[in-house]
This record gives sequence, structure tokens and C-alpha cells, in this order.
Amino acid sequence: MENLIEIKNLHARIDGKEILKGINLTVKPGEVHAIMGPNGSGKSTLSNVLVGHPAYTVTEGEIIYKGKDLLSLSPEDRSHEGIFLSFQYPVEISGVSMTNFMRAAINAKREYHGQPAMSAGDFLKMMREKRALVSLDSKLANRSVNEGFSGGEKKRNEIFQMAMLEPTFSILDETDSGLDIDALRIVADGVNKLKRADTSTLVITHYQRLLDYIKPDIVHVLYNGQIVKTAGPELALELEERGYDWIKNPQ
Amino acid sequence: MSNEKEYIEIFEQHRNIIEENCAPLLNEKRTAAFEKFKASGFPTRNDEAYRRSDVGKQFQTNYGMNLRRIDMKSNANDLFMCDVPNLKARPEYILNDSYIPTQQATADHTSGVFIGSLNEYARSNSDAIAPYYNALAQKGDSIVQFNTAFVQDGACIVIPKGVEITETIQLVTLLHSNIDILNNRRLLIVLHENAKANILLCDHASNEHTTMSTQVTEIYLGKGASLNLYELEDTDKNNSRLAHLFVQQESDSQFNHSNITLTNGFTRNAINVTLIGSGAHANLTGLAICDKEQHTANNTVIEHVASNCTSNELYKYILDEKSTGVFNGKIHIHPDAQHTASQQTNRNLCLTDCARMYAQPQLEIYADDIKCSHGSTVGQLDENALFYMQQRGIPKNEARNLLMFAFAGEVIENIDIDALRDRLHILIEKRFRGELNKCKGCSLCKK
Repeated sequence: MENLIEIKNLHARIDGKEILKGINLTVKPGEVHAIMGPNGSGKSTLSNVLVGHPAYTVTEGEIIYKGKDLLSLSPEDRSHEGIFLSFQYPVEISGVSMTNFMRAAINAKREYHGQPAMSAGDFLKMMREKRALVSLDSKLANRSVNEGFSGGEKKRNEIFQMAMLEPTFSILDETDSGLDIDALRIVADGVNKLKRADTSTLVITHYQRLLDYIKPDIVHVLYNGQIVKTAGPELALELEERGYDWIKNPQ
Repeated sequence: MSNEKEYIEIFEQHRNIIEENCAPLLNEKRTAAFEKFKASGFPTRNDEAYRRSDVGKQFQTNYGMNLRRIDMKSNANDLFMCDVPNLKARPEYILNDSYIPTQQATADHTSGVFIGSLNEYARSNSDAIAPYYNALAQKGDSIVQFNTAFVQDGACIVIPKGVEITETIQLVTLLHSNIDILNNRRLLIVLHENAKANILLCDHASNEHTTMSTQVTEIYLGKGASLNLYELEDTDKNNSRLAHLFVQQESDSQFNHSNITLTNGFTRNAINVTLIGSGAHANLTGLAICDKEQHTANNTVIEHVASNCTSNELYKYILDEKSTGVFNGKIHIHPDAQHTASQQTNRNLCLTDCARMYAQPQLEIYADDIKCSHGSTVGQLDENALFYMQQRGIPKNEARNLLMFAFAGEVIENIDIDALRDRLHILIEKRFRGELNKCKGCSLCKK
């Protein structure tokens, strides 16, 4: 099977400090990968580099996505090509309604793919259907983007946006943080329902808990800017039990 | 004093021509005003109120003045028609500084409503406006005195006691001339006890020549009167506007003002509101969208003279390229103005390193039982929000526009007329996209 994304020897820095020191990672269509690791190991840097955050500079290596050089694409074009990041800290955008925000996003994507803009009726219908998927209150959908949302609502809103944009490669950056157990189930359910045979997911998390709901095929441990261990789902359980010390200080 | 000298000579030599065409009420105020102007000259940057707005420089062009009141264009409808969809307004026109009589009857003799030429009304109904004309403006600065000395016409709106005008009164000022021109306009608006009106003032230019306008507006609101006044400036870089607005509010009157500067050259709006009756409320809002080398200043003064009055101010600026914005906001709470509640907010976006914003809130409080607050911020667009939107596929330019539109929205929401608010939303969006193309018409009504 052809690779969906292939990260080769990726080095990246922020404010002159090298955070990623040679990441190698390959994800095939349909796979769910989990990236675990202690604080400060570079997990969020990896997700930010994948979506082209301007604060991060790639100094070495390459990323091939659907056969294309991902690093040469603008953040918006990466989005149009099917890359989605569920932010660890979703941003509040005062004065921009969820509806206008989503309409701009959907129509930009359609324009990129040479499709006409969506009619208002079709768009609102789509909003309704996708909202139901993560039980997002219609009142929230009428408010400004993330403004006044609780932590859980913000994360549900991320998955709602994911449902709207139907990405091929989704990165969930600590989507479980700040969620109670019910919200976690709703969010995970949403992610699982959106799963198709040709889409892949990268789950970044500290804890095993989320992986009970979103079952990974492969688990990686990121430490000090490199992937130091890769194994099956059993690795997550082992980490839960033993912590990271045995990886940081191998005997 | 070189610029002043020229105008002093013009006044002294041509006073008879100026007066020949004007009502005695206008003429009898000229001497005192002229003497004041002659004594102080144009304001310079040494005057605190003009420190950031170099007005003297604006008078350097060799402007012509239409002192003989030559009919430059008798039919405004030939110049363009203004028709904001669904606004249900009856537009009246001022060309440069002359009121243009329209076909419609503007004076409704049965109800006593008057909407029309100031000079005409000062001739025909002098007694009705004599207590008001120049009563507030006489204390104005030298630009106001200059206007009083030279002014020959403008518009007058009088709404009698208890009359409510439901239709929006739209007054369009067209700047159009074949030479560089200096206009001196005067507006007088009197709402007697419990009268109500919505007034929309639009400035538009269809001009390749440089235009300089002084505009003095006096507004008197009687007890319980209510006025929504919306001003839209959509001209171009060749136009300078020095506007002075004086408002006096009696008890329980409401004044709601929005000043939208969409496209301009050099603009200085001075707004002076005096709350002399208990329970009056003033709401002042402004939005300036500037780029290139545009300059927009709003200098507001609110005089809380009476007790139990409230005032609210919200001014927002979006400054791109090398533009400059100025906001001076003074709130003066007099000793007898107990139980005043006053709030002032000024928020500014500087989109480039070259854009400059000068903000100066100023509170003078002489009463002890009051609530008064102010806040001013200058910032850039939120980079995190921009990136969040880009990640969702919204191109950076579009994301910027959405953020700027959201920023401006707060001021537009203050407008009570749905059709006007909708229209402004579209105009502002076009402005951000750079699609506000200039033509002979008024962009307010273009589809």
C-alpha cells in the first residue's frame, strides 16, 4: 500500500532552538498512529510543523504527503489537501461567527478543488448534520468562534470542524486534555465515525485513556526530538504502567 | 501667518459679495468671527488640539471659493442618484457648500417641519433659528470662526415639538468642481421637545481636484428629543475635511452618533457635546479605515454639566500602510453633574510598522458621586487567530479581512437602521478587499 505521509529525517527549530532532531515516520492510508512522550519532547512542535505554523523553521529533512512536497505548501493549501489539526488550545475569534468562519473555510476548499461555492441551504444543512455528530449545541454554532466556549465545548468544536472539512490526515493534538469522561467519549465517537478506509489519524497524547476509545495501530514514543520507540498498541499500556523513565534512562 | 493673510484679504476685499447673497442672520455673525480668526490665525501644531493634525498645511493650496454663489450644477440628480436599497430615505443634496433645491416640497408648513437650505430658512424664518444659529459655535476655535466668517449656505433641519420623522433624512454632500476649491458648509439641526429623527449625512467626491471643506454643525436637542445621526465619509485622497460638531442636549434627550470614515484624504472631526439637562444620554461612536497616507482624527469633548446624565464613546481605527489616526477624548464632569455615568473606549489596529495611532484619553472630574471609565489599546491582528483560520483553509488575506471586519462590526452594530447597517457591512467588506472603486456615483447605493 502506498504511503499517505512520509516524514524523513525532520529537523525543526523555534526561536533558534532545535526541537525536532531527525523524525522519521510513515503513515499508510487507514492507519491510526499514536505519539506519546513526556512534556517537552517535541509532540506539539511536530504537529505545528505538519500544518506549517510560521513560528517553526524546518532546517533539514522532508515530508512527502500524497506524493507531494508538503513543506512547500502554504498552511491553507495543506488544509485544502486534507490535513487537519485539532488544536491543543483552540483560538477564540471574537466577532467572527462560526457560520461565517466555516462557510469561508468550506468555500475556500471548494474553490481550490475547482468546485462552485456551496448554496446557503446546502451549507446550513451540512452544518446541522455534522453538529449532530459531536452533539454540538446549535447555540454554540451561532456564536463567535470558540468565544465563551468551555474547554470541552472547544474540543467538540474542533471535531465538528473536522467533520465539516472531511480531512484525509487528521492530527489530534492532546484532544483529550481538559475533557471529562463523557466529553471524551463524545469526541472519540465523533473521530471514529469520521474514519474512512483511506483516512489516517495521528493522535498526540500524554495518556493511554484516549487510546481506549481511539484504537491505534501503531504507537510511537517521542523523546528529545526523536522517535525512540515504535510498537503496537500494547506499548501505550506499558507506558501507562511504567511511565517514561525506562525510556529516558535505558538500563 | 502667510496662509491666513490671503484669506484675511479675501474677506476684507470681498465681504460685500459674500453678504450680498446671504441672509442677515448669517451676515450679522461675521464681524465678531472674523476678528477672532484674524487674531489667532489657523491653528498650528503648537495648539494641543491640533498637535497631531497639521491643519495649517491643509490651507496651503491656492483654493478658489464660490463667493458669488455661481450655480455650479442646478440639478443634483444629473450628477447622480442616491438610492440605498430599502433605506426609504428622501435624499437632499449639497453641492460643495450650496444647498440644491429639489423638486420635492421640503417645507411642510402644516407640521412646521423644515428640511432645506440654511440660507433660505434664515431669510424666511429668521426668528425660528436666531436663538440657535452660532450660539454654540461662537465659542469654537479659529477654524469655526473662519467658517462663520465665510459661510454662505448649508442645510437646516427643524423638527417641531412632538413630531417624529420616521423616514430617514439623508443629506448627501457632493464634492465636485473644475478647480481646487475651498468649501464652507454649515448645518443647523434643531429638534424641539420630544421630536425624533434619523439623519444620514454622506460625503462623496467625484473630483480630480483638491477639495478643502470646513463644516460646522450645530445641533440642539430639546427635552426628550431623540436624534440618530449617522455620518459617512467616502471621498478620496484629494479631499480634506475639517468638521466641527456642536451638540447641546436638554433633559432626557438622546443623541446617538456614528461617524464612519471609509475613504478620505485628511479628516479632522471635532465633536463637542454638552449635556445641560438631567437624564440626557449621548452615545458617540466612530470607525476609521485608513490606508496609504490618509489621516483621520476624532477629537471629542463631552461636557457633563447636569446630573444623572450618561455618555458612552466607542472609537475604532484600522490603520494600514502609512496612515495616521488620532483620537483625543475628553470627558469633563462639572461639579453639579452628580450621578454621571460615562464610559470611553478606543481600540486601534495598526497593520503595518509605518501606521501611526495617537490616542489621548483625558478625564476631568469635579464631582464625587460618579462612574467614569476609559480604555485605549493599540495592537495588531491576532497572529494565532490568523493561523487558526489558515489551518482551516481560509487564505491569509481572507482571514485578515474576517478579523478586520469583526473588529469594525462593533461600531456598525450601533446603527439602528437595518438597511443602512446591511449596506455598510457590504461597503466595509469591499473596502477591505480593495474593491471600493471610485466612480461618479455614490458607493452607498451601488449594487
